[in-house]
Amino acid sequence: MSELTRLSATEARQLLDSKAISSVELTEAHLERIAEIDQQVHGYLHVMTDVAHSQARHADSIIENGEATSLTGIPIALKDILCTVDAPTTAASKILDGYVSPYDATVVRKLREAGAVFLGKANTDEFAMGSSTENSAFGPTHNPWDLDRVPGGSSGGSAATVSAHEAMVSLGSDTGGSIRQPAGFCGVVGMKPTYGRVSRFGLLAFASSLDQIGPFSRTVSDAALLLNSIAGHDPYDSTSIDIDVPDFTATLDYDLKGKRIGIAREYTADGMETGVSTAFDDSVRTLRDLGANLVEVSLPHTEYGLATYYITSPAEASANLARYDGIKYGNRKEGATLQETYLRTRGEGFGPEVKRRIMLGTYALSSGYYDAYYVKAQKVRTLIKRDFDMAFEHVDAIVAPTSPTVAFPIGSRTEDPYQMYLADVFTIPANMAGIPGISIPGGFSDGLPVGLQFLGKAFDEATVLSIAHAYEQATDWHTREPTGIA
Amino acid sequence: MSLSVNDVEYVASLARLGLSDDEKETLREQLSSILSHIEVLNRLDTSAISPTAQVIEVDNVMRDDTVAPSLDHDEVMRIAPRSDKGFIAVPTVLGGSDEGGSA
Repeated sequence: MSELTRLSATEARQLLDSKAISSVELTEAHLERIAEIDQQVHGYLHVMTDVAHSQARHADSIIENGEATSLTGIPIALKDILCTVDAPTTAASKILDGYVSPYDATVVRKLREAGAVFLGKANTDEFAMGSSTENSAFGPTHNPWDLDRVPGGSSGGSAATVSAHEAMVSLGSDTGGSIRQPAGFCGVVGMKPTYGRVSRFGLLAFASSLDQIGPFSRTVSDAALLLNSIAGHDPYDSTSIDIDVPDFTATLDYDLKGKRIGIAREYTADGMETGVSTAFDDSVRTLRDLGANLVEVSLPHTEYGLATYYITSPAEASANLARYDGIKYGNRKEGATLQETYLRTRGEGFGPEVKRRIMLGTYALSSGYYDAYYVKAQKVRTLIKRDFDMAFEHVDAIVAPTSPTVAFPIGSRTEDPYQMYLADVFTIPANMAGIPGISIPGGFSDGLPVGLQFLGKAFDEATVLSIAHAYEQATDWHTREPTGIA
Repeated sequence: MSLSVNDVEYVASLARLGLSDDEKETLREQLSSILSHIEVLNRLDTSAISPTAQVIEVDNVMRDDTVAPSLDHDEVMRIAPRSDKGFIAVPTVLGGSDEGGSA
């Protein structure tokens, strides 16, 4: 592997600016790495070779003119649920196979304007629905630490490509843990910003009250760098909040002495692996050694998070996915009548998990069940949010495991949907409450990465990143390279 | 909560999802199982709790009504599955369908 693919974006920035390397060289090294190993990983659905070459040349001219900003010339992977004008956007679904959007997502536009280099579109569970990337209509992604295991999901391709050094950084989306859980499984950094921090315009909508776009990277400072570039109000997304965006890289050096970090006693689950508990206990000890004041907090409604999520998100999804009807864009299976066309297009275009969620959501919203399921879940959501509001009166952040297990074998949970849903039990509550969360490398269990999660107050990503950075600087988990690639 | 195949067919018709008989039976079992897990919510008394639909306190987001270019018409036709003379073409809407009414 080329040394260029080992660089962090922060390191590459200095080398690009000092002309020690060019973006063309950096990009070429990543494209070679992709050509060499992506058949094993299958992190990409579409590699944007020509686009990347031309963007890299353009980036080098920007750098030459002394006009570079933080991401100019940096090679990035994009989850294939973010619209791009110069590559297909499929959401890993047959219904959008071959679709090329007439506009860029706002985050894509921002990266493009910053002179970033797009390596390709990363694999995902179909429409971001899943926890393993096995629901991709175009085949699963493999975990770079053990190719027989899942990378997590739904942003499994975004996590695996960064882990396998096939991308320097990437973007994913997180509705119930879809950034943090695969980051944990693949041993990289993944952050879900506060709901409203990043524009979702051009993100194919799954559950609109929960979806948020965020960065993947191999270091916390790279996550801060990427968040700086994508955050901010967007008139095209009325749920993006008009609030100041601080420089998240400026506050990373942080003294944990006296900082209050909460441990929720409810964040244990049936089936939590010993290796995960052990790694978590070690991480808590590290935080304590760094001077943090670990405080027990209570989030009593944690156990209801999963059930609340599996009403709320399918209900919203069933409405959002009504747009895929084969009329204005996407693939159409034409029948004799419009009605038949709808049934065939959607029946043949969607995969099993997407159908399951549309059915569950439609049921929960249907006449006679709306109050019992949908309204009930919304009320419990209030209780989950209140738990966090109360906990954050006492602590600066909360630390928790990212998932109850390490990456599981491909095929081991596909038979029982509910077993798969349990993979998100520790990540869902943050989406329900809209708060920011990050997963960073937090140890290993039998050679597989264990994620460590920090949750913070709404719009206080700075504290979350700073605590994560302090832990990262005191450990070396993030420097290890995946061992599963031949 | 146990669903019947009729329930599954009714919900599928609301969602405009064409399902095979095998899919209907699989979904009947799986949805029944998922719904039984969701019944855990009934343990909570929420009679005095107001619902949360979303977590940020914004409403009525307004902007100036300024004229700006929208998507190019040819681009929009390019992505349409079928178009005719600058319009998106669809099969028969009225008549022939079980709920299409009379043409």
